[in-house]
Amino acid sequence: MFRPETAAPLNHLVQTLLHNNHPTLSQGERELIATYVSSLNSCKYCCSIHGAVAKHQLDNNGLLIERVLANPDTAPITEKMKTLLKIAAKVQREGKEVLNSDIVHARKNGATDIEIHDTVLIAAAFCMFNRYVDGLDTWQPDDDELYEKMGEQRAREGYLTPPFKVQNVKTK
Amino acid sequence: MFYMAHIQLLNEELPGIVGLLNTRPETAEPLLELAETLLRGPSSLTRGEREIIAASVSYWNKCHFCHTSHASAAAAHLKCGLELIDDIKAGLPNTPVSEKLRALLKIAHQVQRGGKQVTCLEIDTARKTGATDIEIHDTVLIAAAFCMYNRYVDGLGTWAPGPNEAYVEMGERMANIGYGKF
Repeated sequence: MFRPETAAPLNHLVQTLLHNNHPTLSQGERELIATYVSSLNSCKYCCSIHGAVAKHQLDNNGLLIERVLANPDTAPITEKMKTLLKIAAKVQREGKEVLNSDIVHARKNGATDIEIHDTVLIAAAFCMFNRYVDGLDTWQPDDDELYEKMGEQRAREGYLTPPFKVQNVKTK
Repeated sequence: MFYMAHIQLLNEELPGIVGLLNTRPETAEPLLELAETLLRGPSSLTRGEREIIAASVSYWNKCHFCHTSHASAAAAHLKCGLELIDDIKAGLPNTPVSEKLRALLKIAHQVQRGGKQVTCLEIDTARKTGATDIEIHDTVLIAAAFCMYNRYVDGLGTWAPGPNEAYVEMGERMANIGYGKF
C-alpha cells in the first residue's frame, strides 16, 4: 500500500457510507448512488467495481444497473430513488446546483432528511474518490470478470478487509 | 436573518460543515479523521502549505465557508494576517511561497476540474521543483477531498458567515487544536 496513513480514513469513510447499517437505505441503493456518480465522472474503475457490488446486493440484476446508468428516470427503481439520483447528479456538477425544489420533490416522494443527507455525502465522496483514482492515473483493469470478483468480495465483506492479489498487466 | 439548510439540523446556528457533522455523528467521524490526517498528519508538506491547497480548491469550487475557514487556518499556521484569505483568491501574488507549492497548486487546480485533467506536464513540472511522489499523492488527495467537503457543505445549503474577520477564531482552532473535535 502506497500511503497507509490516508488509506485508513478513506476505507473507514466508504465503509460507513456504503456498507454499515443504515436506518432506511439498503446497501444496494447506496452502491447505486456511488456507481451513478462515478459514471457521471467517467471513472471506469469506480463505476465498474461499485456497479459490481450493487449488482450483488440487488438480486444479481445487472440489467438494472445498466438501465440506471443509461437513464434513472426510465429505470425500474422507486420514485424516491429517482429523486435522490437527481440530487446526486446535481452534487456531481456542483453543490450549489441543489435547489430547495429538489429537496421538496424528494421529500414528497418519501425521502427522509437522513436519506437526503447521505445521498449528498455519497455523491460528494465519489467526486473525491473518482478524482483521486483518475488524478493519479492509476491502473484500471479492463476485465469485467475481475470487477465481478472484486464486487462480490466487497458486497459480502465491506471495505475493511485486504484485497485479493491481482496481477498488474498494464503495458505502457 | 434566519437561514435554514436543506435538511433539519440539530443546531441551526452552527455554520457550514459544523452543523452537518453535529447532526450526523456516524459520518462525522471518518470525515474528521480524514481531514486531520490530510491537513495535520505526518507529511513533508507543512500544515500551512496543506491548508493553502485546501483553501485554494475550496475557492475554485466557490465554497465560501471552506475557503475562508481553511485560509484562516493557513494564516494561523503561517502567523500572517488575514490578507492571506484574499491573496489565495488572487493566486498568492503577495505571499512568499515556494515554487514547489505553486507547482502543486497547479496539480490541485486540475484535480478540481476533473481527475483526468491532470497531465504529465503538471507532474513533471512539480517534480522539477523538488516535489516527491508522496507530496504529489497528498496534493491530489487533498484537492479531491475538498471537492467532496465543498459539495457536502453547499449541496445541503448550509449557511456561512460573510466577513473574513468572522473566521479568525475558527481558523486558529483548526490550526492549533485540529479536527479531532469540532
